[in-house]
Amino acid sequence: MELLINMVLLTLLAAITIGIIRVRNLFAVVVLAGAYSFLMASVMMVLDAVDVAMTEAAVGAGISTVLALGALHLTKTEEAAPRYSAILPLFVAVGTGAMLIYGTWGLPGFGLADTPMNTGVGLDYLNRNMAETGIPNVVTAVLASYRGFDTLGEVAVIFTAGIGVLLLLKRFQREG
Amino acid sequence: MTLIQDIIANYNYWITIFLMVAGLYIVVAKSNMIKTLLGLAVFQTSVYLLYLSPGKILGGTPPILDPNFTVYSNPLPHVLILTAIVVGVATLALGLALVVRVHEAYGTIEEDEIMDVVDRDDHAG
Repeated sequence: MELLINMVLLTLLAAITIGIIRVRNLFAVVVLAGAYSFLMASVMMVLDAVDVAMTEAAVGAGISTVLALGALHLTKTEEAAPRYSAILPLFVAVGTGAMLIYGTWGLPGFGLADTPMNTGVGLDYLNRNMAETGIPNVVTAVLASYRGFDTLGEVAVIFTAGIGVLLLLKRFQREG
Repeated sequence: MTLIQDIIANYNYWITIFLMVAGLYIVVAKSNMIKTLLGLAVFQTSVYLLYLSPGKILGGTPPILDPNFTVYSNPLPHVLILTAIVVGVATLALGLALVVRVHEAYGTIEEDEIMDVVDRDDHAG
């Protein structure tokens, strides 16, 4: 059942992506991108990544959509007709995809517990976490207790981006 | 039967690759800057899927410890992707702000039309 839900959601995700590629009205594209993010959050739910699903639903489907709509309000909502043939990009994309799919033959199957990834550091965190931090949610514990500097770096990135956006848009307001 | 098992074992990877390639195609082929940024976002979410899919253990539960459960999915990819999502929206915001500035400077957000304007200015100067 888990597998079936997973596969159906992933197929829907691929269908919406085709919509994002083909639709020219940018409002429709932004709404499709919002639906894409919600579907992605559902897939993450099925993949047991509940914290990530919550963040994706709030940030990916919420804040990103609002930002994109704001940018559309300040620019244009219709994409111009393509000027060049899409054959070369399509060739690059299909070639890359074919090579990556060839690479999947060497990967372990889906949902197995005895893969190198699932028997390494992640399992170690699961075993040590309760004794060392006492926090039942391992993701929170790793994020805040074990890898706090990661989050500090993340804050630095957001701060820099925020300063950048402020500088860019402040000039826009003065001249407009 | 083995074909179906192969498909089930690799379906997550194949969809991940499809999303990745679709994002790459949008970035390379589309000239509209907002669409390019959204394509970059699709590319980025495919990487989330690439990290989260192998961490899932069938029959496992989310990594929130409880005496009633013994099998948990791998928590480490979740932590890494939480950081990646937030950084992703920060870069998207910066990119969209740049697009707004480009629109103000050139009156268009199509790369082709901007190149036309730049060429014309070069010839005029």
